[in-house]
Amino acid sequence: MDRQATMEQGLTQTAFAPALSPAARRRQLREKAIAGIITLMAFTGIAALILIIVFVAKEALALFTDPAARHEASLSKMFLAQDVPAGRPAFRWQPVSKIPKVSMIPLFVGTLKTTVVSMMVAVPLGVFGALFAAEFAPRRLRELLKPVIELLAGIPSVVLGFFALMVMSTVVKDVFHFDRPLNAMVAGLGLALAIVPVIFTVSEDALTAVPRSYREASLALGATPWETAWKVVLPAAAPGILAACVLGFGRAIGETMIVLMASGNADVISWSLGDSARSLSATIAAEMGEVVVGSPHYSLLFFIGVQLFIFTFVLNLLASTWTKRVMRRLTGGAA
Amino acid sequence: MKHATRRTVGLALTAFTGLCAFVIVAVLALILADILEGGAAGVTWTFLTQPPSDGMMGGGIFPAIFGTAALTLLMTVAVMPVGVLTAVYLHEYAPPDSLFARWVRVAVVNLAGVPSIVFGLFGLGFFILFVGRGMDRVFGHEEMYWAQPGILWASLTLAVLTLPVVIVSTEEALRAVPLDHRTASLALGATQSQTLARVVLPGALPGILTGAVLAISRGAGEVAPILFTGAAYFLPELPTHLNSQFMHLGYHTYVMATQSPDVEATRPLLYATVLVLLLLTFALNLVAVIIRTRTRRKAAGAH
Amino acid sequence: MEARELTLRYGTKAAIQKVSLAILDRRVTALIGPSGCGKSTFLRSLNRMNDLIPGTNHTGTILLDDTDIHDRSVDVVDLRRRVGMVFQKSNPFPKSIFENVAYGLRVGGMKDKAALAQRVEKSLRGAALWDEVKDRLHDSALGLSGGQQQRLCIARALAVEPQVLLMDEPASALDPIATAKIEELIHELKSTYTIAIVTHNMQQAARVSDRTAFFYMGELVECGPTEQIFTNPREKRTEDYVTGKFG
Ligand SMILES: Nc1ncnc2c1ncn2[C@@H]1O[C@H](COP(=O)(O)OP(=O)(O)OP(=O)(O)O)[C@@H](O)[C@H]1O
Ligand SMILES: [Mg+2]
Repeated sequence: MDRQATMEQGLTQTAFAPALSPAARRRQLREKAIAGIITLMAFTGIAALILIIVFVAKEALALFTDPAARHEASLSKMFLAQDVPAGRPAFRWQPVSKIPKVSMIPLFVGTLKTTVVSMMVAVPLGVFGALFAAEFAPRRLRELLKPVIELLAGIPSVVLGFFALMVMSTVVKDVFHFDRPLNAMVAGLGLALAIVPVIFTVSEDALTAVPRSYREASLALGATPWETAWKVVLPAAAPGILAACVLGFGRAIGETMIVLMASGNADVISWSLGDSARSLSATIAAEMGEVVVGSPHYSLLFFIGVQLFIFTFVLNLLASTWTKRVMRRLTGGAA
Repeated sequence: MKHATRRTVGLALTAFTGLCAFVIVAVLALILADILEGGAAGVTWTFLTQPPSDGMMGGGIFPAIFGTAALTLLMTVAVMPVGVLTAVYLHEYAPPDSLFARWVRVAVVNLAGVPSIVFGLFGLGFFILFVGRGMDRVFGHEEMYWAQPGILWASLTLAVLTLPVVIVSTEEALRAVPLDHRTASLALGATQSQTLARVVLPGALPGILTGAVLAISRGAGEVAPILFTGAAYFLPELPTHLNSQFMHLGYHTYVMATQSPDVEATRPLLYATVLVLLLLTFALNLVAVIIRTRTRRKAAGAH
Repeated sequence: MEARELTLRYGTKAAIQKVSLAILDRRVTALIGPSGCGKSTFLRSLNRMNDLIPGTNHTGTILLDDTDIHDRSVDVVDLRRRVGMVFQKSNPFPKSIFENVAYGLRVGGMKDKAALAQRVEKSLRGAALWDEVKDRLHDSALGLSGGQQQRLCIARALAVEPQVLLMDEPASALDPIATAKIEELIHELKSTYTIAIVTHNMQQAARVSDRTAFFYMGELVECGPTEQIFTNPREKRTEDYVTGKFG
């Protein structure tokens, strides 16, 4: 009896739960494998970002662990004024002299100076240019304007640096009567060439995302096109434009070749735009070639890299948050 | 204020925005005109096909052109599969509101914002000193073989740098493939990967190519990431191995412009080099623009 | 094939409720009902196209040859080869006419050129399209007219020789002449295929189908021979709908 019962059970099992055919099973396995590989590939982006910060930070770590490096380049030596004989500057970046001087302050000042100059030029040009393209330009002109700006964005930064060095420097020197041809002004203007396309493109996107109904309502109330653009469209797109500026700022801080070629690279602290300037990024580029791997100087350069990474990372996060916000507001929470 | 004055002020300010746009375009034109004028005479057949001679005062830049091409080719081979498949994951495979996909997107956006010089540090710290040293140890090289700057490491560094470009344009291309095609394919008993290979990727091909071209154009012009991962100013030989150093148009420009003992003497060569580099990147950009407009027009015509 | 007590939800909202309906072999079953009542949802359940929509879930069973199609032993790819589908909007691939029809065969692993050509011809003949396209098999399918494209989609579905053919308003975007061709085609296909067709056109349902199922608000109200549904329905709601009082 018992045996019969089991047999019956076995029968019913095979009758109602036949196995998947081998071909189908093979197919399913293959699909799973492919999906797995694709998912793995998607991990590369995250991995790259993590590896970048980990490995750049790893090489900088010696500054905090190695006693010799800690002595030569302590945080106080990097960021605080040093006791020096009267008349000598308290902040100097001379990591390869007999007594290495490793103050980052001149580098910060240099970076800030070139960046600010570039922003002063690029923000008005980019934002107003975008306003023109989005609001006032006839359609044909706009269709022409956008690829042209893309073209500018496509110029390699070394070419812009070259142009700043060979052409802009003499013009700037003649116009402003600076002592030296390579200075913060030239580098900043060169940088502006690199970030104008960024600011223009992102601003233009934000402006065109403003619904037509906003404009129509304003125009119907008797506002002129300019008033509509200035008081309605621009405020509505404001976070996006802010994001554009922040992105441009980030680009300017990180941009290397232009500053390296056009700024003169002296570690002076001065607020004159006619003086030479040394930026964080250009310092890495100029010195990494000659440095001894593992030396304190080497770690210092990586430490500058970590700082650059962090600055631009924060700026990018801000920019993307703002962009998302403006898009959400303008498209009614859909995006 | 009276309406007429308001209108005049508005017009003046509108004209000012137009001026801003005009200035941008004018500066671009100035740059192009200057480089064209300075370099056109120097770009000759000899210049394009000969190595430098007379201590960089004469001859051509063939090794730099070759190095740039080889570098970007390797970069493309490395970045395309990874970039395309990442976009495929994001657009085709990721479950909706997948947290992992969100993180991937955040990472890609931030990767795009990392300064190029930091990529250079990364290439040195990761590829050369970590991977390269590891490989030397594993393969038992007594001297440094992999743990030194070379074209492979430089191209991989550039591949990481251009990854976001490829991902973003591929995803845009995938978005343009109608959902109907996927549904039809699946309803005919195709698996998801067959649908991908036979319908989705062919449909997205023009967009993917655009991404590739943009990545190449970007990668060909970047100098900061290759400064310490493999570029050299002068080499008597073309790169033959994956660990060879190479000459590069952009790097060549940088060194000639900043470290030349006699700027006036090298000026024509320098301008010609810049012109070649510029023509190369512009040609690539132009190709991308043409592919993009052609497919957009085609897509518009199909509906 | 047959659905038993099938309930399908998008998220938490039930699109169809406890539908039990048999699609009889070698018959044409028409699904009718007002917009949004769940006809397409039901049809898509039959070859598990709803699996592709995130957030769907179901209870109840669907049997094909006495096996539950959601059983682990059933591979969804195999299922879709046995239960083909034609959509409301024709959706040919941007490939040649030949490649469109051969698509299902190729992904099924058929490589032999002669066999492919033969099956393509047979399917195109089956879809009454052969004579119109035989001279331009290698031209793009996007160059065909709307009606031709829809018949191409039918040919494409027929090429894999399914048992069951599901059609979701296959003629709703076509002019009367193209519609007549499709209806004629359905008549001919009936001898070899089991067909379920969704339609909003009462006359069409009356003309092409043997049995009619009336859906209303996600429920199956009544199902029976087409004659009876249109002349002598049991339910008041059915009568109101088929006589055009609402819908
Ligand atoms: N993808 C989806 N997500 C959420 N709800 C859906 C989805 N598709 C359909 N629904 C809902 O399910 C219900 C049934 O939709 P279905 O498309 O099956 O109706 P239908 O009878 O085919 O209508 P029609 O005649 O207009 O084609 C509707 O209320 C619809 O809103
Ligand atoms: Mg429907």
